[in-house]
Amino acid sequence: MVNKNIDQSRRRFLTTAATVVGGVGAVAAAVPFVSNMNPSAKTKAIGAPVEVDISKLEPGDRMIEKWQGKPVWILRRTGEMLKDISSLNDKVSDPTSDNSAQPDYAKNEFRAREDEFLVVIGICTHLGCSPNFVMKEEGDSIDADWKGGFFCPCHGSRFDLAGRVFKGVPAPSNLVIPPYKFISSTRLLIGDDSEAV
Amino acid sequence: MAKPIKTLVNGLYNLRDWVDSRFPLMKIWNEHLAQYYCPKNFNFWYFFGSLALLVLVIQILTGIWLTMNYKPSAEEAFASVEYIMRDVNWGWLIRYMHSTGASAFFIVIYLHMFRALLYGSYKKPRELLWLSGMAIYLVLMGEAFFGYLLPWGQMSYWGAQVIISLFGALPIIGDDLSLWIRGDFVVSDVTLNRFFSLHVIAFPLLILGLVGFHILALHEVGSNNPDGVEIKQNKNAEGIPLDGIPFHPYYTVKDIVGAAVFLIFFFAVVFFMPEMKVPGTQGLFLESANFIQANSLQTPEHIAPVWYFTPFYAILRAVPSQLGGVIAMGLAVNLFLLLPWLDRSAVKSFRYRGRNYRIALSLFVISFLFLGWLGLQVVTPFYTWMARFFSVVYFSFFFLMPFYTASDKDKTVPDRVTT
Amino acid sequence: MDVSATSESKLMHMDVDLSDQQSLQRGAKIFVNYCLSCHSAAYMRYNRMGEDLKISDDILKENLMFGADKVGDVMNISMRHEDSINYFGVAPPDLSVIARSRGPDWLYTYFQTFYVDDSRPFGINNLVYKDVAMPHVLWELQGMQRLVHLEETGSVYYNPNYKNSLELVTTGKQTEKEYDRTVHDLVNYLVYIGEPIKLKRTKIGVWVMFYLFIFLVVAYMLKKDYWQDIH
Repeated sequence: MVNKNIDQSRRRFLTTAATVVGGVGAVAAAVPFVSNMNPSAKTKAIGAPVEVDISKLEPGDRMIEKWQGKPVWILRRTGEMLKDISSLNDKVSDPTSDNSAQPDYAKNEFRAREDEFLVVIGICTHLGCSPNFVMKEEGDSIDADWKGGFFCPCHGSRFDLAGRVFKGVPAPSNLVIPPYKFISSTRLLIGDDSEAV
Repeated sequence: MAKPIKTLVNGLYNLRDWVDSRFPLMKIWNEHLAQYYCPKNFNFWYFFGSLALLVLVIQILTGIWLTMNYKPSAEEAFASVEYIMRDVNWGWLIRYMHSTGASAFFIVIYLHMFRALLYGSYKKPRELLWLSGMAIYLVLMGEAFFGYLLPWGQMSYWGAQVIISLFGALPIIGDDLSLWIRGDFVVSDVTLNRFFSLHVIAFPLLILGLVGFHILALHEVGSNNPDGVEIKQNKNAEGIPLDGIPFHPYYTVKDIVGAAVFLIFFFAVVFFMPEMKVPGTQGLFLESANFIQANSLQTPEHIAPVWYFTPFYAILRAVPSQLGGVIAMGLAVNLFLLLPWLDRSAVKSFRYRGRNYRIALSLFVISFLFLGWLGLQVVTPFYTWMARFFSVVYFSFFFLMPFYTASDKDKTVPDRVTT
Repeated sequence: MDVSATSESKLMHMDVDLSDQQSLQRGAKIFVNYCLSCHSAAYMRYNRMGEDLKISDDILKENLMFGADKVGDVMNISMRHEDSINYFGVAPPDLSVIARSRGPDWLYTYFQTFYVDDSRPFGINNLVYKDVAMPHVLWELQGMQRLVHLEETGSVYYNPNYKNSLELVTTGKQTEKEYDRTVHDLVNYLVYIGEPIKLKRTKIGVWVMFYLFIFLVVAYMLKKDYWQDIH
């Protein structure tokens, strides 16, 4: 049955060519299927920047907003709170936020555009739980010297009122600061920090 | 450059041998591909088995991805399909592939079945092969029916309503049976939810199992061919059929060509005419009324099943009695099961059959196509009479088969395959 | 529902052109001004339209978005379902896929064939949608028509496609030609929102065909080569 003079190199070439052309097609066909699993237009629309009215936020209070489905905390800090933050510089592991994620304008001691307002994503940098806000007077069980901050119920990570992580806990870095800007003195836009309005 | 490739290739051979000593890898490869001997004279009609497998893969893959975004509830289903069509990346392509794939499946299966009628592939020793193929076809009809409800458009809804009511026509158990299928007094959220379950998991599993059975049965008895000659009766000293060639590489490369041609047609539909809006229809693959959300209070003015059910639907409408119509319809679908025993001819292939079978088969094909066309039309008295006429032709093909095949003047079948 | 079977011969024809972005932009404007107060297009997002029709977010917000505040929103309406039922007797249907169920020719004819009918609640009827619940919202553009018999016509504007023809009794802001264009743009737009991907779909399709033909040639050569063994 097998013919005598088959050009083996031609056959090998054609096999390779068919494999390559078919392979290109298979990869191209995989693109829609992979892309299909990325966020849809609806998901992106829901994740669009959120405007927040902060006029009713009292000093010392915190409010929670949802942006991209994640909790964003807005904490209005009192002068005493800011002093407490400064006093903790040697107890936190990344006091100047060199190894943490935040926009440039929040890479400072209080991790904020304006010292008074902390805007931070309320998700622990360890494994994604949302830490609890524990006031100074409630924190005896965490630390006798607790100055107020955030305590993660999952694996016990602690953060101060600037979202900086304490030494000796599992979380590797400070809480993430999202992009944000003040539209007016009482309105905040979370998720967008572009200059042009 | 050459050396790392050589190392890689050797590594792969070693891996294969490692697996092979723990799993019958090469045995399966040889039995089903490299040393599975097929008649060398396959023609055009022999592409449709592998194409059916290709469509099955397309349907399963696109189905998995559609399920990621589809919502099986009466409240959300319609909107979630539009969500897939607009908001989900490439969702439109995957949806159109799935909707086109459904019709493509039936086109391929009908041609595959016609091949069996042409060359007598259902005849001894392939009865079980034929029965398992028919089982796939019946399950596929169910699968298509369940899937058609999911977009939750007007045609989905009323199509399901009508087909479920067919079961209601059965005596004694009818009402309870249709209630049981729906799980509600009308087609509702409950029905949609269970159809979703059956469509995405139960029936696909059944189809996969049956396809495995079908292929194993085929490889046990060996493929028939356009001459209807059993190639296993002429073997060489090594026991290899003289007219046989290994499936791989010869039929793999040939089937790839078939797949390429098929995909050209398939994607031409997907990209350029996904609704298949043939003049005089409201879209054969996607009907315009199905872009209106299901409304249990209002039936569309003109409702017809999807094209692949229309021959049977025409038979249903042709019978002037509810129960009679349902029985005729059920019979029309299931009579194929009896073919191996209705056919009394000693000859398999159309090529060597006498005039009787040739005429009968031609009339059968014509009646099937006409009934399919009639099933799409609005009923008129004239169309009803036409449907009755062609129904009689359709059933005669089966019921008279024992007589016209027994008395047929068949020709002599050659010992070996031709060409 | 299906109109093709019964009234196809009666329908006027219109050529859809999804590549005519200016027509689509004009259509978008007509749609948000005249339709979007009662009808929603709840599967269509403003920014998708902006992207496809080359309309910037700012222009979108200023000129086309009345009921929504984010460009990613869908075209919803503020009218409550119950209110609209009280007002019209039925809830105005969502128009996202209306062009896919009705077809462009039907919609084109529909917008052209409103006529005065005092027996109806809004004093208006329609030739392809008998006893329609919707008032003729474009009447200030088209003017009002009345039903006449063929032999009576020869007046300002009548529609020769109909056994029952129509003639203008009051003129609108637009001439016949301008109104034809308005309806054309609106229907063009409705076809677009029915399937926003359509234009791009056919473009991608050409590349897929191109690829498949190349693959076919290579596969065929490979098959030929192997089958020399047999023939």
